[in-house]
Amino acid sequence: MNGLGAHLIVAPVVLPLVAGAAMLVVGGERQRAYQIAIGLVSTFGLVGIALALAIGADAAPDGLLDVYRLGNWPAPFAIVLVADRLSALMLLLASLIAAAAAVFSIARWHRAGPHFHPLFQFLLMGLNGAFLTGDLFNLFVFFEVLLVASYGLALHGSGPARIRAGLHYVAVNLAASLLFLVGVSLIYGVTGTLNMADIAARIPAVPAERRALFEAGAGILGIAFLVKAGMWPLCFWLPSTYAAASPPVACVFAILTKVGAYVVLRLWLLLPGAETGTLAQFGGDWLLVGGLATVAFGAIGSLASQDMARLASFSVLVSSGTVLAAIGMGGTDVTGGALYYLASSTLAIAAFFLLIELVERGREPGADMLAVTREAYGDDDSPEGDETEATIGIAVPATMGLLGLAFVGCALVIVGLPPLSGFVAKFALLRAALDTTGGPDTAVPFASWAFLAMLLTSGLAGLIAMTRAGIRVFWAAPDRAVPRVGLIEIVPVAALLLLCAAQTVAAGPLMRYAEAAAQSLHAPHDYLRAVLAPATDRPPRPTEGR
Amino acid sequence: MEIVLAIGIGALAGSGVWLLLRPRTFQVIIGLSLLSYAVNLFILAMGRLRSGAAPILPAPGVGDPARFADPLPQALILTAIVIGFATTALFLVLLLALRGQSGTDHVDGQEPEA
Repeated sequence: MNGLGAHLIVAPVVLPLVAGAAMLVVGGERQRAYQIAIGLVSTFGLVGIALALAIGADAAPDGLLDVYRLGNWPAPFAIVLVADRLSALMLLLASLIAAAAAVFSIARWHRAGPHFHPLFQFLLMGLNGAFLTGDLFNLFVFFEVLLVASYGLALHGSGPARIRAGLHYVAVNLAASLLFLVGVSLIYGVTGTLNMADIAARIPAVPAERRALFEAGAGILGIAFLVKAGMWPLCFWLPSTYAAASPPVACVFAILTKVGAYVVLRLWLLLPGAETGTLAQFGGDWLLVGGLATVAFGAIGSLASQDMARLASFSVLVSSGTVLAAIGMGGTDVTGGALYYLASSTLAIAAFFLLIELVERGREPGADMLAVTREAYGDDDSPEGDETEATIGIAVPATMGLLGLAFVGCALVIVGLPPLSGFVAKFALLRAALDTTGGPDTAVPFASWAFLAMLLTSGLAGLIAMTRAGIRVFWAAPDRAVPRVGLIEIVPVAALLLLCAAQTVAAGPLMRYAEAAAQSLHAPHDYLRAVLAPATDRPPRPTEGR
Repeated sequence: MEIVLAIGIGALAGSGVWLLLRPRTFQVIIGLSLLSYAVNLFILAMGRLRSGAAPILPAPGVGDPARFADPLPQALILTAIVIGFATTALFLVLLLALRGQSGTDHVDGQEPEA
């Protein structure tokens, strides 16, 4: 690659940064039109860039598109960005969900508080950076960018419920960030480097008496990420925060838990060091048990949820628990299935968060969401005010039918029933977990049976919870106004669900992609070699500006 | 020197954790600040303690790198301090907002029933 193509990897970080900064310059709350335009251009540009990166990574011989050396310093001394299949997949997922949320927000939600669009862009910058970076401390910095933007967005719209949940969210995440720093510095103290590939390469040389220190560092680091991923004993902040956040924000937050899962997947498979095998499966049992406990907690929580926003938050827990447990199983096939499941469940939950607001809009009595909204925007800038009807645009005909259809779509994917992608994902997970390629006599380990039981039970619990919620909303007595839903609000929901459908249709190629990504994760030789290669191996970049 | 630093980190971290678990928002924020000081010192300690050593080599090829202090943890601490300032400021705003909205400084926004 040369010319601009060589800088494509850094674009997902730079584009939202520039867009967010530009919004603050042209912005002011009076010129939302510019902000919307910049935001849409940037967000949809990210979709295109992520798609190009995914295609490029898939076409590259070792599944590794390129290693981008910032400032062109050799790898262990400076920060690198690495784009491989997994990063490209996560980038694409994040940008698709962000595009849906951005379009949804311009109907009314971005007016609920100041600086929605710039914060949204900075959140994207942090997300993309976290997916791309190959450096532990840089990961911390991108994580903090992401978190600080997410604090702002979680509070977007204000109101007592959001502030109360937001305070817990901020406190828990600050504590987790401190753990992150402790873990990073322990690892630095043992290995003397922060580059992930370099750490992995140096582990075999770590003397035995330092090994315990290293493992302590890795464990503390893991806890920091598992807080973010919402693993069971660390997830009590999640449901209330997600349920209280405004819908487009909750939609983007659906991917935030997956950042934690992504980092666990990346580091847990990279750090043990492909050659040594001594640290292999370090903490795998904990991941499996914790993941299963998360699934159980999420399933029970979704059965107990009284309103749909909480139900969706507990679905987030079920989804991230399943991914964590699958990672903990430690098989290549299971990891491939988990990546496919991660994509499908995240898309569906994101769509569900958007849909909930549309559905609950018409429910006058006892609708918690609406009450929260009312309290928050009682005054002139009210999104619930009467001036909104003109600004939303054309109301969609047959609203309830359309919403019901979308709800069924979400439910099918989240629960994992045929014919949508949720079923394909769960089927792939179960098939991989019960794989007995060792011959007919190979015993299926107990862990696989536990995984299978938990996956099916959580599906049943999810089905019951979703059905109950659906009956209450769609088959209730018609003493309620039919919600007015704008075209611009239903289109993102439909688009996300169509993506789930497309994921079903293209299940073959996508599953192959996921399995290829899982294979290169489980055998990170190429990753190590590409990152640690001397810079002179690669042709000098033609546009050397710095 | 090591034992003094270790005791200092331990005292800061212990007080920080205790305050973090208290029910009042102001105590939580002080706890977080103390914890972040403890973590910053910890990062410094992870780069090996050394007094009177410069972090930057005066010229290329001069001297033994082992005689110089590790500059990387100092850079990390600088970053962590900046990020800590930003998040503390945000937390303070949040604290005031909660206080204004609910009229109490309990972290749950309401006093527990006696």
